[in-house]
Amino acid sequence: MLFAHSPFIADRRVRAVSVVSSPVLDFSKGDLPVHRIAPADGWVPLRLGELWEFRELLFFLVWRDVKVRYKQTALGMAWAVLQPVMTTVVFSVFFGKLGHIPTDGVPYPVFVYCALLPWQLFAYALSESSNSVVTNQRLLTKVYFPKLILPLASVLVGLVDFAVSAVVLLGLMAWYGLGPGSGLWTIPIWTLLAVATALAVSLWLAALNVRYRDVRYTLPFLTQLWLFATPVAYPSSLAPQSWRAIYGLNPMVGVVDGFRWALVGGPWPGATVGASTAAVLVILVSGLFYFRRTERTFADIV
Amino acid sequence: MPAAITANRLSKSYRLGPREPYGALRDAIARVLTAPFRRVDPQTGPDRIWALDDVSFDIEQGDVVGIIGRNGSGKSTLLKILSRITDPTSGEAVVRGRVGSLLEVGTGFHPELSGRENVFVNGAMLGMSRRHIVQRFNAIVAFAGVERFIDTPVKHYSSGMQMRLAFAVAAHLEPHILLVDEVLAVGDAEFQRRCLGKMRDVSRDGRTVLLVSHQMGQIRRLCSRVLWLDRGRVRAFGAPGVTIHAYESAILSGADAGARGQCFTGWTLGDGRHLLTDGTRPFTMRLRLALPHAIANGHFGLGLLGPDDDVIAGWAFEPVTLPRHADGLEVTIPQLPLRPGVYRWSFALFDGGNNLTGGKLIEKWTGVPELGLDVRPVGHTQDAWAGVLNLPATLRVPATGARLESAASAPDLDMDDLPIETSELM
Repeated sequence: MLFAHSPFIADRRVRAVSVVSSPVLDFSKGDLPVHRIAPADGWVPLRLGELWEFRELLFFLVWRDVKVRYKQTALGMAWAVLQPVMTTVVFSVFFGKLGHIPTDGVPYPVFVYCALLPWQLFAYALSESSNSVVTNQRLLTKVYFPKLILPLASVLVGLVDFAVSAVVLLGLMAWYGLGPGSGLWTIPIWTLLAVATALAVSLWLAALNVRYRDVRYTLPFLTQLWLFATPVAYPSSLAPQSWRAIYGLNPMVGVVDGFRWALVGGPWPGATVGASTAAVLVILVSGLFYFRRTERTFADIV
Repeated sequence: MPAAITANRLSKSYRLGPREPYGALRDAIARVLTAPFRRVDPQTGPDRIWALDDVSFDIEQGDVVGIIGRNGSGKSTLLKILSRITDPTSGEAVVRGRVGSLLEVGTGFHPELSGRENVFVNGAMLGMSRRHIVQRFNAIVAFAGVERFIDTPVKHYSSGMQMRLAFAVAAHLEPHILLVDEVLAVGDAEFQRRCLGKMRDVSRDGRTVLLVSHQMGQIRRLCSRVLWLDRGRVRAFGAPGVTIHAYESAILSGADAGARGQCFTGWTLGDGRHLLTDGTRPFTMRLRLALPHAIANGHFGLGLLGPDDDVIAGWAFEPVTLPRHADGLEVTIPQLPLRPGVYRWSFALFDGGNNLTGGKLIEKWTGVPELGLDVRPVGHTQDAWAGVLNLPATLRVPATGARLESAASAPDLDMDDLPIETSELM
């Protein structure tokens, strides 16, 4: 053995002295980013500003998923239209024609499509986003980035399909001779609310999914239940007036009511929207903190 | 100038075995519901393994540091912590400068996307800005040599092309601090040469590089310092020559006890040693044997392998006849003028011919412990130019009559900043 008794076998800090030195880079400027790496304890700050630093990665993740989404499908983007259209046909036959669901005078296909538009955005965003951390585990364990980007990117990808199927709605309304209501300008707000709902819930689910893969199997069931708890196939006016605010705690009730109000008019769903917004904020903020708190263990247990 | 990386008592533990003791469904649900409210405390629990254990060091800007150690010694964990992929369990590190980490080649490559698209996605994942990628796009494609296929989906690429493109992107990452995990081992020899050249350029620009590798030759060529991790702890941190030397000898001596062949049961240079301190004189290697039966018209092959398992020298003896009670062989070699380092013996014994003439292999044993050569280097002073042989040469200037011995003054190590006794080396 060569160095068995040598003091060279160090367990203390040993200084390394620079040997290679021809600094082309200017390190003397004080603008080098300094990162302190230490175990985080308890609740950690959200550091949402970091998302801005990584906006290009966010953009490329969204861009990649959009590009890849309909690759090798024969119908391509048409799927974004076909899915809500087929669902509308099925709902119109069963709930409209056979079930005689009241629609406050709006043709049933338009009535249901108005709700399906945000619902499909929400359902797609929720499922993709809840699985986003698990599906990107390779990435997660190989490069650093704020993990919040993953659910966020998945939610944003849904907006492309949403935009395409929104065009169909305009065509559908023109077919029935309906002009958009005066609240049309509020559509971005309701869209934002739908996106925020999907993001809020999936922050919780995506983080839980890392440890408990049960989430993946619970999701389809959860989405289906949620669909029935949301006034997609039926009007929210079926719920008693006194229960309206509580009903609105399901944020998608506010989203769907908002969309219907903006597109085909009707009474202003004030109480519902208020309750929905409050509910979203609570889930979103708590979800952000929970996600940030658990994300540092993602790479170890995913 | 402050250090580029300062690690202060970094530790990281992982839990072994099943992740969670899943009990009844009721318990599981209760656990899920209460999970967010429990403290995440990774330090407790029984089956903990410390991947990093109290690791401290300073790395100066512009240093190219090789990280060596056996599998599971914490090398990758250290890189993951420094690139902020995973948090340390305790301790802290301060990193000054933009960090680019290359823990995998082609992170996020998508088979359906074209080469061009993948360059941008992969670049963004490694932390390059879009502008940076646009500026270097042509250089990246040229480096990878895939110009003709750049708009073809990468699923139609050969795996070599994919690798080259992925590495080309990574090679154009220009962070202040580059963390590289074993990725240089990809591609053909020509491509590896280009990668090594690129790495050298990177370090010449004054960037700091941390490189994990099992290829000691690579570390010698590239690194100015070597950090040796052993079971999560820093065993040594110093100049490449000594540190690699110490690491290799430790591996060898550590493997001593377990490694025994059925037929070849051990070897020494007499007096129980495996260390040669003078390569210029004859020495005898004694090999212990336990033969299963007598050998007639056999073949005994002896090889000496270098650090990358390349054959430095080989000897064949045939025909060999051994009675069953023959319990040893002695091989005398006149000299072994090799560079200091650790070499490995390889023994093979055939009965009734050799490997080419249908002889029956009794045993092949690439032996441990290996032969350590602890001699003074007399050739070139720099590892990169020293080669395999340790031969002195004399320079004479006829005009003045001056003479100069090679490597006469400086050893290849700068001892000053190492806590090591010079006498122990020579």
